[in-house]
Amino acid sequence: MFRYLLRRLALTIPTFIALMFVTFVAIRLVPGDPVEVRVGERGISPERLAMFRHELGLDQPVWKQFADYCVQLMHGDFGTSLATNQKVLTEFAALFPATIELSLAGMLFAVVLGIPAGTIAAARRGTLFDQTLMGLSVTGYSMPIFWWGLLLIMFVAERWGLTPVSGRIDLIKYYFEPTTGFMVIDAWLSGQAGAVKDALHHLVLPAIVLGTIPLAVIARMTRSAMLEVLSEDYVRTARAKGLPAWRVIGLHALRNALIPVVTIIGLQVGALMAGAVLTETIFSWPGVGKWLIESISRRDYPALQGGVMLISSIVIGVNLLVDLTYGLINPRIRHG
Amino acid sequence: MAEIAAPSTAAATLPQDLSPLRAFWAAFRENRGAMFGFCVVAVIVLLAIFADFVAPYAPNEQFRDAVRAAPMWADGGSARFILGTDSLGRDMLSRLIHGARVSLFIGMAVMSVSFVIGVLLGLACVSLGNAVDVAITRVMDLIMAVPSLVLAILVVAVLGPSLTNTIVAVTIVYLPRYVRLVRASALTELGKDYVTAARVAGVGPARLMFSTVLPNCLSPLIVQAALGVSDAILEAAALGFLGLGAQPPTAEWGTMLADAREFIRSNPWLVTFPGLAILITVVSINLAGDGLRDALDPKMRRS
Repeated sequence: MFRYLLRRLALTIPTFIALMFVTFVAIRLVPGDPVEVRVGERGISPERLAMFRHELGLDQPVWKQFADYCVQLMHGDFGTSLATNQKVLTEFAALFPATIELSLAGMLFAVVLGIPAGTIAAARRGTLFDQTLMGLSVTGYSMPIFWWGLLLIMFVAERWGLTPVSGRIDLIKYYFEPTTGFMVIDAWLSGQAGAVKDALHHLVLPAIVLGTIPLAVIARMTRSAMLEVLSEDYVRTARAKGLPAWRVIGLHALRNALIPVVTIIGLQVGALMAGAVLTETIFSWPGVGKWLIESISRRDYPALQGGVMLISSIVIGVNLLVDLTYGLINPRIRHG
Repeated sequence: MAEIAAPSTAAATLPQDLSPLRAFWAAFRENRGAMFGFCVVAVIVLLAIFADFVAPYAPNEQFRDAVRAAPMWADGGSARFILGTDSLGRDMLSRLIHGARVSLFIGMAVMSVSFVIGVLLGLACVSLGNAVDVAITRVMDLIMAVPSLVLAILVVAVLGPSLTNTIVAVTIVYLPRYVRLVRASALTELGKDYVTAARVAGVGPARLMFSTVLPNCLSPLIVQAALGVSDAILEAAALGFLGLGAQPPTAEWGTMLADAREFIRSNPWLVTFPGLAILITVVSINLAGDGLRDALDPKMRRS
């Protein structure tokens, strides 16, 4: 196990170096001079320009710039936003809890519905329920979630008035300092009446939108994993012992079917991040996805660079964890 | 077809062997969902090809007298504009039909470019030695590690938003899937006896790869290519929606949705139709692709 861990860790190091290289090169390829973008159209004196260049390290040779960039990253310095002059890491850290909250809620929605749905579909293979569910699953998997979000806003929020249209909480009614950055928890800590309910109301639609594709994937994966397990000998044994069907399926089969499903859930992290960009844009959810899109329209390239670097690092980290967990719960993988 | 076995006297009493193509078609036809998807895709492809003849108006023709007209069946709608008009008075139906052309073009372009590059890189992995293999695999791992849309956004931010750059960005995002698939199946095939036999017979490395190994890796690759078209369409529409894809006035479904966003309250159909077009297209391709997978190889289960 220890060797497996080491080997797996060693494999991520070149990925990180390559990631640093790509983000570095990408930003250098952007047309337009970052200094000129910063000073605006009026222009400044050549001395000030030279000073700025020196400050940003742009007067150094390219290899030196890359080396400096790597050293900076390793010290946790992800650059400074051109728009706000704040550290990218500071901005990111302030917004990231909003994205985590949304992602967790979306994943919860997907898991809570997806695993039972997939299990039932497998148990009743070929029935109308199964066929309907698989049809819905293809639809969910194919869903343009930015449109799905607009559609839900149109009906659930606008026409039926069941939920708010955007944001994380009603800022006019409730105000409190963020302590954890998770709106639901902060609302609870603030002790204001109705705040938690309001925060949850704001969370429902974005969570459904973000959770739709994972839901389809999980339901499908659970179904096929269940089908495979249900034909195993130990399931037949359990049935032959006269155990009730719910015990056979819910305990004996599901527990083993869940191994691949857990992996799939873990591997959805990248997809969640991609989905968060769209979901946050639609619902004006102040997370890192929306911030990333805004930094493009502001031509804030250091923020974009740092943001991509941070998001990718997190995804690589989580995928690594998933792999290791998989190695733990499924010994067959370790020696592969 | 040449593959159909000529009926010999011995075989006359036995049922004839189906040619691979006919066997495939027989299996594919049984899958109702796949047939449905295939038919819808065929209609969309025809609409896209003959857009200039089918669409009632030119996609960018503006009718100043009928801005944001309602669809035919709604209050205030008329048969003049079946699905109504957008905020600049352009006919929705015509733009949707021309949008099919844009989306399918993006999907096909991404698929064919990543197919070709994927095959070349994948085969390079298994035939050009360990160093090349490690290098290519590492780069692909990196691309897979960055969330798809985030990577596409980065590429578009660097190159600037346009239709061509959308294709470039989405191709980069989906390339690793092809490379990995080709590499994995080529590795499996290389260990088999027929490859050794070909080697012994003195087949050169290029011919070994392209005409001995590659044809046997094709079926998973074809499935991946079919499903890749729908993923590419979805990704490109998302970029268009974020304002980073095809630029106005191009009739692209994602871009049309972005334009319609501000009228979500007053003119809901402006938002409804482009999204529905994306969904129908992507679902149909995915259904057909799933059917393709089941028909090409019954062993490959739906995941």
